[in-house]
Amino acid sequence: MNKKTRAIAAIAACVAMSGCATSQPSNPKDPWEGFNRAMFQVNDALDTVVIRPAAVVYDNVLPSPVKTGVGNFFSNLGDLGNAANNLLQGKPQAALNDLVRFAFNSTWGLLGVLDIASEAGLPKHNEDFGQTLAVWGVGDGPYLVLPLFGGHNLRDTAALPVDYYSDPTTYVEGDAAKYSFKAAEIVVKRAELLPADRATEGQIIDKYAHLRDVYFQRRNYLIHDGNPPIEYEDFNGNGASNGGSR
Amino acid sequence: MKQTMMRRWLAACLALLALTWGAALRAEPKAPDVLVKEISDEVIERLKQRPIKTDADMNEWLAYVEQRVLPHFDFERMTMLAVGQPWRQATPEQRKRLTQEFKTLLVRTYANALREYRDEKLEFKPLRMAPGDKTVRVSSMVIRPGSEPIAIDYVMELKGDGWKVFDVVVAGVSLVTSYRSTFGQEIQAKGIDGLIQTLAEKNAHGETMPADTAKQG
Repeated sequence: MNKKTRAIAAIAACVAMSGCATSQPSNPKDPWEGFNRAMFQVNDALDTVVIRPAAVVYDNVLPSPVKTGVGNFFSNLGDLGNAANNLLQGKPQAALNDLVRFAFNSTWGLLGVLDIASEAGLPKHNEDFGQTLAVWGVGDGPYLVLPLFGGHNLRDTAALPVDYYSDPTTYVEGDAAKYSFKAAEIVVKRAELLPADRATEGQIIDKYAHLRDVYFQRRNYLIHDGNPPIEYEDFNGNGASNGGSR
Repeated sequence: MKQTMMRRWLAACLALLALTWGAALRAEPKAPDVLVKEISDEVIERLKQRPIKTDADMNEWLAYVEQRVLPHFDFERMTMLAVGQPWRQATPEQRKRLTQEFKTLLVRTYANALREYRDEKLEFKPLRMAPGDKTVRVSSMVIRPGSEPIAIDYVMELKGDGWKVFDVVVAGVSLVTSYRSTFGQEIQAKGIDGLIQTLAEKNAHGETMPADTAKQG
């Protein structure tokens, strides 16, 4: 083994070891928790230092109607991807709905700034290629957190490039313009989550675990396009006979 | 003669009173969707008149929530569901303390969420319930301009004194089960008492409002 291979092997071993650091995984769907937590730290730092402040500025400085218009604009672009994914999932009615939404909003809605389709009663869907793969029967795979992209299960991670190429802003001419759009998309999405941030401020014990578990529930919900039944167990009945806390 | 008549008349009045009063007590508990809508409408009305801007506002709102909203929640069941398996090992004293701390946490989260209200509209879907159902799910949608609507469902059960909420499902995420993993980890690391301690500390810290409260846009 030459030096380079040995170095790579060493790094891979470290990553694998950190993944095995927790003696008992807290969630069976997250066997790579050690690695994921490390990556989460990176993303959290990025969020705290760069993304969230930008979102706060956006949220505080722009008046509501402008934020609504911007939100509508990006939401409208997403309807193309929604249509494609609905079609791939065997939901032609829903796909048609999304195409009509896109057509209406882009023309009468002034390039998507006004969401007249929703007012006309056309529901807004939320589809992505990860959900399409799930409908096709692809299993979700372990949870994986990547720098910048955040946490997804393995299937949805593989689906990210497809979503990237379904996004119209990817085809904007010129790197500067394209990256501006992408950055704006991120800031707008982050700003939408600020109310949730503030509502739970100082109360989340373990941010990584909380976000991960919310993600799992959310994916289940989106894939089923509605409310999958939640089971409510009964843990009452057996009080501690030894009185211990552990 | 007159006295007997008076007594009979009095007895009849009392009987009538008891009957109507008894009927009122035994009245059908308010339908779950009616209950949720009533309280939601009331809270939103109040929020429009009294937005939460200062710590004093917050405290006043906390008192209102405690008195008007909390009685319709089954906090013990919510805490049990949030804690999960380890609940079986908890002593009654620990269960009581867990319920207390979790309740404080939820109330504060709810009040913080109310502070973020920006004229969103609330729409209720028709209630799907079979007669004799003891558990129902009341569905509502929060419509925000420029964003996807958020589905908020209240899962309720019929108890002795009416329908009580024991879970709130926001956009598919069950509130109580979303705490289970983190609570579980905390219990694994520090035991049930450790969890109680952590929650108590978090609750004690959350006395003031977060720093970057958004200005009204």
